[in-house]
Amino acid sequence: MSELVRKDASELSALLSAGEVSAVEVTQAHLDRITQVDGAIHAFLHIDTEGALQAASVVDSKRAAGETVGSLAGVPLGLKDILATKGLPTTVGSKMLENWIPPYDATVVTRLREAGIVILGKTNMDEFAMGSSTEHSAFGPTHNPWDLERIPGGSGGGSSACLAAFEAPLAIGTDTGGSIRQPAAVTGTVGVKPTYGGVSRYGAVALASSLDQIGPCARTVLDTALLHEVIAGFDPMDQTSINAPVPAVVAAAKRGDIKGMKIGVVRELGGEGYQAGVRQRFDEAVVILESLGAEIVEVSCPSFDYALAAYYLILPSECSSNLAKFDGIRFGLRVGDDGSRSVEQVMSQTRAAGFGDEVIRRIMLGTYALSAGYYDAYYGQAQKIRTLVAQDFAKAFSQVDVLISPTAPTTAFKIGEKLDDPMAMYLNDIATIPVNLAGLPGMSLPIGLAPEDNLPVGMQIMAPAMADDRLYNVGAALERALVAQWGAPILNSMAGV
Amino acid sequence: MSEAVISYDEVLEQFDPVMGLEVHVELGTRTKMFCGCSTEFGAEPNTHVCPVCLGLPGALPALNKIGVESAIRIGLALNCKIAEWCRFARKNYFYPDMPKNFQTSQYDEPICYDGYLDVDIDTDEGRKTFRVNIERAHMEEDTGKNTHMGGATGRIHGADYSLVDYNRAGIPLIEIVTKPIEGAGKYAPEVAKAYVAALRDILRNLGVSDVKMEQGSLRCDVNLSLRRTPQDELGIRSETKNVNSLRSVERAVRYEMTRHAARLLAGERVIQETRHWHEDTGVTTSGRSKSDAEDYRYFPEPDLVPIAPSREWVEQLRAALPENPAVRRARMQELWNLSDIDMQTLINAELLDLVEEAVAAGVSVDAARKWYTGELSRVANEREVDVAELGITPAMLARIEELISTGALNDKLARQVLEGILAGEGDVDGVIASRGLAVVSDDGPLLEAIKDALAADPSVAETIASGKLQAAGSVVGAVMKATRGQADAARVRELLLEHLGVSE
Amino acid sequence: MSAISRDDVVHLAHLARIDIPSDQLDHYASQLDAILEAVATVSAVDTDNVVPMSHPVPSTNVFREDVPGQSLTANEALAGAPAVEDDRFRVPRILDEE
Ligand SMILES: [Mg+2]
Ligand SMILES: [Zn+2]
Repeated sequence: MSELVRKDASELSALLSAGEVSAVEVTQAHLDRITQVDGAIHAFLHIDTEGALQAASVVDSKRAAGETVGSLAGVPLGLKDILATKGLPTTVGSKMLENWIPPYDATVVTRLREAGIVILGKTNMDEFAMGSSTEHSAFGPTHNPWDLERIPGGSGGGSSACLAAFEAPLAIGTDTGGSIRQPAAVTGTVGVKPTYGGVSRYGAVALASSLDQIGPCARTVLDTALLHEVIAGFDPMDQTSINAPVPAVVAAAKRGDIKGMKIGVVRELGGEGYQAGVRQRFDEAVVILESLGAEIVEVSCPSFDYALAAYYLILPSECSSNLAKFDGIRFGLRVGDDGSRSVEQVMSQTRAAGFGDEVIRRIMLGTYALSAGYYDAYYGQAQKIRTLVAQDFAKAFSQVDVLISPTAPTTAFKIGEKLDDPMAMYLNDIATIPVNLAGLPGMSLPIGLAPEDNLPVGMQIMAPAMADDRLYNVGAALERALVAQWGAPILNSMAGV
Repeated sequence: MSEAVISYDEVLEQFDPVMGLEVHVELGTRTKMFCGCSTEFGAEPNTHVCPVCLGLPGALPALNKIGVESAIRIGLALNCKIAEWCRFARKNYFYPDMPKNFQTSQYDEPICYDGYLDVDIDTDEGRKTFRVNIERAHMEEDTGKNTHMGGATGRIHGADYSLVDYNRAGIPLIEIVTKPIEGAGKYAPEVAKAYVAALRDILRNLGVSDVKMEQGSLRCDVNLSLRRTPQDELGIRSETKNVNSLRSVERAVRYEMTRHAARLLAGERVIQETRHWHEDTGVTTSGRSKSDAEDYRYFPEPDLVPIAPSREWVEQLRAALPENPAVRRARMQELWNLSDIDMQTLINAELLDLVEEAVAAGVSVDAARKWYTGELSRVANEREVDVAELGITPAMLARIEELISTGALNDKLARQVLEGILAGEGDVDGVIASRGLAVVSDDGPLLEAIKDALAADPSVAETIASGKLQAAGSVVGAVMKATRGQADAARVRELLLEHLGVSE
Repeated sequence: MSAISRDDVVHLAHLARIDIPSDQLDHYASQLDAILEAVATVSAVDTDNVVPMSHPVPSTNVFREDVPGQSLTANEALAGAPAVEDDRFRVPRILDEE
């Protein structure tokens, strides 16, 4: 393995700007690494060798010409296949879009390109981002580099796995109910779901519009912040994006000082249903935070007990509408058009053939929850619980600066283990969902390996809206202490792929 | 196939009609409601489209400020309340001309609500004002356009397949819905027509739409039900879609009244359904039955933030509204001292604006009316264009009138001046110069011409001299002919009588 | 008691335009039923006087100026379409519902 792929984005950035290595070399090293390991990992659905090398050489020429380039220029990245890329396939992990090539770039993609970040390819995901394991990709599962028999989390399992397998130092994910944070937790990487509206959603294929958020993924807190800064900010193409200065996330990630901070442990997110090793590592991390000068407070958010149920009403409802456009008329798959069938029949056959079981289940559930006579009891009630969840957060944040919990109740489970039990799968998101409902930012970072299975455990940090910088401040402090304790980043203890 | 109907008088003997009118108006914004694509009519197919209005995966709507502003202005002109806070909603149903398979619309939170529009109709007791109450006016977006291919008719039934152009998809629409219109009785068809006409005038006056019914920028759906007496509950209604001319609105109401009545009298139920209006045959036919009503699964549009028009903004827009067309007409009729018929003639010919501009430019009301309803209408008719498109400006008319009043032009010459302008020969003075159209004001040549004319028909002098002054006309005519119209006819007459020693 | 019947699945499948084979209707009915039972716990919460939250960020009046932007060319617009004729999207025959 080339030494270059072990380096994190900040290190690569320093080497690149010092001229010690070229962007083409860095990119080629990662492409080679992908060739070497991705057969076993399957983090990527599409690898854009030509485009990546081209983008890298543009960065090299700019540097050679003395032009100013972004600090991450020339650093490679894995892009979740949910973001529209002009001229590059965008499948959302679905047969429905197997051959679709968008005529436009998502805003985040435009910003990545403008920053000179090299897009290596599109990463695997649960179909339409529905799942917590990446097993629901129509193109086969992604394997967790820690144990190829296990899931890399989901829906952004490709993005988390490509980081853990050293195929890319940066990745982009989307998080509707935990799809950045839970994969980060089970692969020993870092992932942030920014404040809702902090990053433009324009060009991200929508799952649940009021919950979806694009976010940065990396192997370190600082790298995640650097990427966060590139993609965040108001976009006139997304009128739900926030027109305010981006929180100073990079400065916070460099600071890492939590002396005097109040940190709340959420009583409802932990305890029963959480794996013993997850709880153990979490409790140890809390002690570390305290030793770093933070005051630890237990807080209660009673409505979180209903967050999962509310989420599984809101998400299917919005997705049933968002996914209506996949009908075989303007783009994507069309099935059954033999000249004899009506457009309605062709639409119905196309949707049956193009969508996987989980997608169909959620569309049907959402159709039900929105239908006449049920709206108030289901969707309407779920939206009210959303308000209660937000109120619980507001109350908690009147007492503490950030909240923490384990990111996921368990470490990575085995591929196939929960496939036939949708509700068991849904329980994976139990700790990550509340911030999506309230539109708040959340981070997951590795806090060690569970003693019983030697698999990574993640801690979730949650902050008030537009206080994303607090995540990075706390995360950086904890990361520094943990790496000092372990002697090396947690990923170094992973057996080679 | 058409259904049984009964005579209109018979309907009125036994039933009371209740109407509901839904009008969709396409706004004349430069860009679509949720994206920057042009709204221009008649472009090549699928050239005014983008990821947003094609509903491509990942695209998001971005609300057009002028779309919202127009909605508020329309609401204010219709005496509506303007919501302090409202949202868009998604109306979910599948149709191939609708890119997202939901329409971004408004549901239980329309931006404008509770308004009214007063319309005048002619009744047996003269002209009367009828108030139409308006339930709501809300914002939404248009669909694409299907062309049905194959089959014989070009209609949806029998077509082999369809072709879709999404240029129209996403063009802003305002849907204006009346409350049930009750109490119109036998005048229901006239009220419906008058309402749509008045609404059209208001929208045009606001400048928010070109309101061309024939191009579909103003479309009307007619809901109708009958009941035995005004005290009864509302009957089952039919919903006739896309009634796209004023005359058709009137006819469709009348037809549906006679059709409903025939069914009810035959002991059948009226079916709640969508019906199609056929302009050519003047009947409606059954479309989709509402018994299997679509469940639209409305919910608040999460991709657009709520709209909370500030009261300052609303009041600014209210203050800047143009005068209501009906109020303006009443004011002008009084100012110009016109009869109802004369006023109606101007209104029907859509000449009010032009006459007003001409008057403002200095033309007398009578002269302006005469020019526009007479010569200019005739030419416009011949050329199949609107009078306004002829290129005769109010300033030109004012100049012509000025020259007539000084005697430099007469009516006949003035018409020649217009002819020259229309032929592109220049402005008023330019045409006069190039055609040499000045009135012959020197009495000498005129007197010569009079003598010539009298010489040609000596008996006429005697006739005139005997007091039959009307005979002077033929001499004047002959003189005008001889001078190729460049004489002042009144002066010729004067000179003639003077010459013969006859007084008026 | 089962909240979702086989007929409900047929109805939902029609509304959602998904052609579900009849031998899978019971399978979907039981799965949807299980999920619904789990999420129906929301009804246990007292939400009197609670305002529903449709948008996580409380902003209003975000508008775009009425200024033309970039459209696609017809070729770009049609490039991903399953069937095209005459620069338009070709779709199977459209029937009003019977
Ligand atoms: Mg409508
Ligand atoms: Zn557009």
